[in-house]
Amino acid sequence: MNEISPEKIQKYYHQLLTEAEKAGYHLNSDLDLTLELVKSLLTNEERYGYQSCPCRWASGLKEEDRDIVCPCDYRDQDLAEYGRCYCALYVSAKATKENLSQPIPERRPSKEERKKKAEKEISHPSSLSLPVWRCQVCGYLCARQEPPEVCPICKATKDRFERFY
Amino acid sequence: MDIKQVEGRKAGKLMLYAISTCPWCQKTKTLLNELGVEYSYIDVDLVPEEEEDKIRREVERWNDRLSFPTLVIDDEEVIIGFQEERIRQVLKGKKQ
Ligand code: SF4
Repeated sequence: MNEISPEKIQKYYHQLLTEAEKAGYHLNSDLDLTLELVKSLLTNEERYGYQSCPCRWASGLKEEDRDIVCPCDYRDQDLAEYGRCYCALYVSAKATKENLSQPIPERRPSKEERKKKAEKEISHPSSLSLPVWRCQVCGYLCARQEPPEVCPICKATKDRFERFY
Repeated sequence: MDIKQVEGRKAGKLMLYAISTCPWCQKTKTLLNELGVEYSYIDVDLVPEEEEDKIRREVERWNDRLSFPTLVIDDEEVIIGFQEERIRQVLKGKKQ
């Protein structure tokens, strides 16, 4: 595997930082940790073709790993409950030292549980004139024929939307 | 299977399941190195595809969330996540 160059890591770190702050998110100020995580995201991008969560076991199949492509579907819930995401790349403005020194539980459902959830989502009888789509990263809702190419709030890609109603 | 051995002072049987890109797993390795204990580890994301199922079942026996780092001590105690104090405490009690 190619080592990612320090320049590339710095550059991507600054890009993530700018995007995060613009959208009301914060990166961890522990720079050693944050730069390690940024490097791992770039490593995973080279390895799998997408930025799979550095702290989780990727399957290598985009279809199965969609929920853990960074930012993962679990980030916002963990920020609310624990003041940080699972890897602690993202932290809430109120995060304390305690939030960051102890690990938090894995929220991602098991493979079997994920499969069940996906099956449940297939049929949506609806009396609305348009389907409602939900961004699984940030919760943004919109009623239109198709989800947008990118989420206008958090910039997640179209494939992160689920049919909500 | 690609299990790596790290030499050191004997403090029971230590098996660490890790992810190569995870800084918390790295911190666990660094702590064990610093404590100078003998341990084994495997980066599960680097195992060949045909061995993935076997290693997945092995980790799930100890940690059904399949999260990392998972440190198994003497085939009985499990420490999930980088819990520095707890690792220090448990290994302190294992001087031989
Ligand atoms: S948001 Fe945090 S926990 Fe989720 S994929 Fe990114 S680094 Fe991992």
